[in-house]
Amino acid sequence: IMDRLKLVLQYFQSNSESISNGICVILALISVKLYTSFDFNCPCIPQYNKLYALGVMFVPPVILFLLGVMINRHTGVMMEEWARPPGKRTKNPAVIKYLFSAMMQRALLAPMVWILVTLLDGKCFICAFSMSVDPKHFTGLPNNTGLDLVKIMAKVPCKEDIIFRNTTFRKAVTRYVRCYSQAIGWSILLLLILVGAVARVIKPCFNHAIFLQTRYWSNYLDIEQKLFDETCVLHAREFARKCVVQFFEGMQDDAVLRLPLSHTLPSRKTQDEYEEEERLHGITRKEQVDHLLQTWYQCRPELDVTKIAHRPTLCITWEDYKGRTIYSDV
Amino acid sequence: MDKFRMMFQFLQSNQESFMNGICGIMALASAQLYASFEFNCPCMPEYNYTYGIGVLVIPAFWFFLLGFVLNNNVSMLVEEWRRPTGQRGKDPTILRYMFISISQRSLIAPAVWISVTLMDGESFVCAYSVDLDVYQFGNATEHGLSEEELMRMLAKIPCKLIFDGQHIISREAATRYIQCVSQAFGWLFLLLITVIAFLIRAIRPCFTQAAFLKTKYWSHYVDIERKMFDETCTEHAKGFAKVCIQQYFESISGEMRSFHGHLRGDDSDDDDDDDEKHNNDEDKLLGIWAQDDMDKVLWNWHTCKPPLSLRKDGVSDDAKGDANTQEIGLLNQKGFGSGYNNKKEWAVYYSKV
Repeated sequence: IMDRLKLVLQYFQSNSESISNGICVILALISVKLYTSFDFNCPCIPQYNKLYALGVMFVPPVILFLLGVMINRHTGVMMEEWARPPGKRTKNPAVIKYLFSAMMQRALLAPMVWILVTLLDGKCFICAFSMSVDPKHFTGLPNNTGLDLVKIMAKVPCKEDIIFRNTTFRKAVTRYVRCYSQAIGWSILLLLILVGAVARVIKPCFNHAIFLQTRYWSNYLDIEQKLFDETCVLHAREFARKCVVQFFEGMQDDAVLRLPLSHTLPSRKTQDEYEEEERLHGITRKEQVDHLLQTWYQCRPELDVTKIAHRPTLCITWEDYKGRTIYSDV
Repeated sequence: MDKFRMMFQFLQSNQESFMNGICGIMALASAQLYASFEFNCPCMPEYNYTYGIGVLVIPAFWFFLLGFVLNNNVSMLVEEWRRPTGQRGKDPTILRYMFISISQRSLIAPAVWISVTLMDGESFVCAYSVDLDVYQFGNATEHGLSEEELMRMLAKIPCKLIFDGQHIISREAATRYIQCVSQAFGWLFLLLITVIAFLIRAIRPCFTQAAFLKTKYWSHYVDIERKMFDETCTEHAKGFAKVCIQQYFESISGEMRSFHGHLRGDDSDDDDDDDEKHNNDEDKLLGIWAQDDMDKVLWNWHTCKPPLSLRKDGVSDDAKGDANTQEIGLLNQKGFGSGYNNKKEWAVYYSKV
């Protein structure tokens, strides 16, 4: 099962479009969850009802839209492509436009989901428009409370209020306004789906070849940026390793190059011993180690690994007395 | 365990996504902490405001500091800030970049706490119930209470069970009103931080993109270099320890051999295979063959540890070798002031003409 999970992850990562789609869907689900966990609290006061309800209906979509734009990878790619100097590569405005429209479409999904859920649930509409309902259509209006009509209608969204205790007035008005709200919600949903379907169906009729090109190049820009970041990371790793090794070797007392010419050689070193010497980098005493650690803090080495990156290697050539090559490393 | 290891490797492979993961976990922890926190308004005029605003602000501040504590890059930032210049100049833009990215991550959990607190509304109800206008929510026009008694009654609004002024003011209406205001503040707060984050993230590539790439690379480099240095030091310590112990055994076995007076002859009569295997086993014994010798090795290891100074290899028997050893010995004993400058390097350049 881990293999399958790995395959799925790899598939998603290879295609950046499908990652953006996935994030978009997750944001839409988050917006639904946010709505259900939000404790809607209509103030039931004439001056503030509309303000509160319309605020709850429209401020979170703005927040979700901005979040959607920020989270999308294409935003960064598009902004960079738009703001860069031409250099040796000319800019293609069609690619920028394509990225912009793709980003907009994805960013608009979560706000639309919020607005639709709000409308289908109906609480916001009831809070905002209960005062605009004409109470003559409904029976049971409480008329013994001494409050004016507007204040009574403003209290309709609040269930706990005692003035509506014995009548069905409140429930009737609520149901009526909710009807309206759901009708508007379903109409908007139908309209959006129609527009989406029509656009999808007739798009290939216009400029399909150019569309394929712009899609390819926008995908290319995204991949190129990712690869550049990855290469920078790998390069920094290599650079750091070489810089540290160069620093260690610079702390040695003496660099002796032993040329293997004499046959009073000590026994040939094993692989392990070579590795040990590699790891020690010539630092073999406590004072050396202390000095090394102190110098690392006090006097950090400069960022230049040219010497170690282009280290000369030792190549031996054996020639006989006539000058013919018997053996050569070159 | 294998699943956890793979997940851990996947997260660690990308340092940024690891930090983002910790960030997300802290945000969830802060939401969960609020849900499990039992809000207990004191319902007394003197303490309501302090308690309400305290619950809003102090945990947020605590989460912010916790974000700094849990972030590994803080020590790296301080180290880079305080180090002497040495041979490498210091770049203030790198320090600024690291500080900003650490702060951004630490600000998420406090923002979640503040917005959840404001959306819930209880802390505002607790803090501001005494500031309510009685006539707006009152049931009666005359209440006949003194200033102090009125304040005490208003302060009891957040506590459902001990509220006793139902005939003067409608508790639900007042609570609902304050919760409304609190939620409005919450949404405005979220809108504000989202707009600021949007401006920083989406508009920034228009300005200073080249300089930004540079600072991003070098701040990442500082982090990797620190890790590489620690790795190299660990590997070096391993090699150092291994060679030190090997040389210790060899030195003791050298003493033992001269003490026992070369009792062992050479085993060159055996055939080759046996000889090699024999040599391998002999090598593993490192020259210690008897119980007394081993006891001496163990005793000396505690009472008289060898110096932290490895002998260089390649000593041969002729006079040149002796001179070599002496020279190395002299170099070993010199201090660092002169040793640092007496470096000799031989390099042979071979041209393929």
